[in-house]
Amino acid sequence: MSEFNLLDPFQTLQIPLGDWVEASLTYFVQHFRDVFRAVRWPIDQVLNGIESLLLSVPPTIGIILGSLLGWQVAGRRMGMLCAVTLFFLGLIGVWAESMTTLALVLTSVFFCGLFGVPLGILCARYDRLEKFIRPVLDAMQTLPAFVYLVPVVMLFGIGNVPGVLVTIVFALPPLVRLTNLGIRQVPADKIEAARAFGATPWQMLTRVQLPLATQTMMAGLNQTLMLSLSMVVIASMISVGGLGQMVLRGIGRLDMGLATVGGVGLVLLAIFLDRLTQAMGERSASTDMTRRWYQRGPIGLGLRLLHLNHTKPGPVRHAL
Amino acid sequence: MNRDDDILVVKNIFKVFGDRPQEALKMLEKGADKDEIFKKTGQVIGVFDANFTVKRGEIFVIMGLSGSGKSTMVRLFNRLIEPTSGSIYLNGKEITGLNDKQLLDVRRKEMSMVFQSFALMPHMTVLENAAFGLEISGVAEKERNRRAREALAQVGLAAHEYSYPHQLSGGMQQRVGLARALANDPSILLMDEAFSALDPLIRTEMQDELIRLQAEHKRTIIFISHDLDEAIRIGHRIAIMEGGRVVQVGTPQEILNNPADAYVETFFKNVDSSKVLRAGDVAKFESEIVVRQTNGATPEAPAIPYAFIVDNDGRFLGVLDNCTGRADGARKLAPKDLSVVPFDTPLHDVLGLAAAVPYPLPVVTRDGALHGTISRESLLKSLSRH
Ligand SMILES: Nc1ncnc2c1ncn2[C@@H]1O[C@H](COP(=O)(O)OP(=O)(O)OP(=O)(O)O)[C@@H](O)[C@H]1O
Ligand SMILES: [Mg+2]
Repeated sequence: MSEFNLLDPFQTLQIPLGDWVEASLTYFVQHFRDVFRAVRWPIDQVLNGIESLLLSVPPTIGIILGSLLGWQVAGRRMGMLCAVTLFFLGLIGVWAESMTTLALVLTSVFFCGLFGVPLGILCARYDRLEKFIRPVLDAMQTLPAFVYLVPVVMLFGIGNVPGVLVTIVFALPPLVRLTNLGIRQVPADKIEAARAFGATPWQMLTRVQLPLATQTMMAGLNQTLMLSLSMVVIASMISVGGLGQMVLRGIGRLDMGLATVGGVGLVLLAIFLDRLTQAMGERSASTDMTRRWYQRGPIGLGLRLLHLNHTKPGPVRHAL
Repeated sequence: MNRDDDILVVKNIFKVFGDRPQEALKMLEKGADKDEIFKKTGQVIGVFDANFTVKRGEIFVIMGLSGSGKSTMVRLFNRLIEPTSGSIYLNGKEITGLNDKQLLDVRRKEMSMVFQSFALMPHMTVLENAAFGLEISGVAEKERNRRAREALAQVGLAAHEYSYPHQLSGGMQQRVGLARALANDPSILLMDEAFSALDPLIRTEMQDELIRLQAEHKRTIIFISHDLDEAIRIGHRIAIMEGGRVVQVGTPQEILNNPADAYVETFFKNVDSSKVLRAGDVAKFESEIVVRQTNGATPEAPAIPYAFIVDNDGRFLGVLDNCTGRADGARKLAPKDLSVVPFDTPLHDVLGLAAAVPYPLPVVTRDGALHGTISRESLLKSLSRH
């Protein structure tokens, strides 16, 4: 053993961080395995529900529904874009894999929303919580996924559920951050006005803060979605199916064709989801709409047609 | 203690911004001033020992330069800012002692606020904005829309209910802000520099509108302004603030005639006194030129060129013009044909009239009684005095 050296004290001065982590992990695995297994249940339910729903829809119907959604949210051009991206997903032969991946992504976004939005709201209200949460979020975003991949597998086993968990860890931070930011950015005079008219904290949140923060929060949701998608390949390392697995298998076998098809599938899915959520964010910001959401798009059209059938035909007032 | 016509009573109100208000209060007791306290303790004195009352149905203007504590003062009334010490009574009920729930009730029913920055909700239509206060109070949608429409009609915005705030001009936006406050039908309207962000023409228009609305509904309005002309134009009474202190409270005329200190005097120096003083302030009652007409009989004309005829109750009937030598001509000169000056006409508007008629102008009160007369000489004298 070398003696204590002032210029390089770390030859003798060390803490065994790695050993500690390993020891505590072993402890957790031995004593709390059931607890962690119990966490699987809700995730499993949501994931399986979404996946079987998506897979049960035939591609043609899926494409039509997807484009109608795009049309409703952001007009006809968006609808066209959705149709084209979804159609190509089918053309390159990855429809089923895309739906599996989409289910994974939607599940993790669902849980991110479930925890991220309330957490962001609390952070906006309590400065101390924000100070505490911020480094945690930094860690979640910067820690390489491989570091927590192993403990997650030790605690939860392999499969889709731990895949969703890993994805949540990585994708949650932007939603929390931007919810917090959005609420903090609500102009002080609007808050004061609501207070002056006797708003309770809950009314303040639901009638003023959240509506005015929606655009920022949608940007957070968009980020969360994109980060979820980018985790798909890593998550497939713990045997998560879908497009990520295609890419991983392609790389493993040096099968560039397979890897590229999977990659292109991911990109198409990303374009579809990104544009859709971005449009949702923009729509929440634009206030100069003369018609409510149900008066526009395919729903508006449907309602008007229904209306025309029921009453005597009159002029259709609004063009689409 | 509280007279019936006092709607708001402010007693020994202090507001110190900072984390050690007690320290600042102690220094204040010892006579330290605002700057000294800030330098030594970092505490900012917002309002310093305010004492005044606001009467029911008046427009009470709080005015002072920037940073004098006006905004702090109104926010103490609905406790958007908590006072450090002192008490405020609304209709005899102590606002400063209310719990959270009662306070919400006061904000929902008793006081509404209009903001300099309008503070409309950008995601709501004009109608939804106007109904905002009612929605917060839990009024059902149909009822609140009806009342919001009524309020919008009052401010002349009935046609715009489905527009969004950003589609309206500043003046229109502030009308929405006003409608939002009126829809709640509050006992007191608090207006913090409500018209300061508007251009001069629109501002005058809004001031007239406010004066009209106030006259129609006898609403109590507390209006904050840093513009003395505005304060004089719309205020029945004015409180002047300086450095957190209320220096003087009174009608514009009272303050002009008896400024409390040098500060107020310099403040009022550049004011056009012909706009502040009213006919009633300078009119003199000279009994020798007033003739009482009893039982409809034509009165004896006194041996002076002009005389004013009143009935038994002191109501003004007409002018007796001795130059024409006909006493009964007096009754033909009905008050309408004459230049009769209502009691509260600004002197500014009297000037032209005084030049046009040969005899002193009769000034009458609201119920038609002869208050006094203004001769050209007395008019010039009273204007030159200020
Ligand atoms: N939240 C606060 N914290 C600390 N000091 C404050 C706070 N609010 C106001 N002040 C101080 O209190 C004093 C009075 O401010 P206030 O806003 O009431 O002035 P004002 O008369 O409304 O001015 P203006 O005409 O510019 O609106 C100022 O010195 C200001 O710096
Ligand atoms: Mg102010």
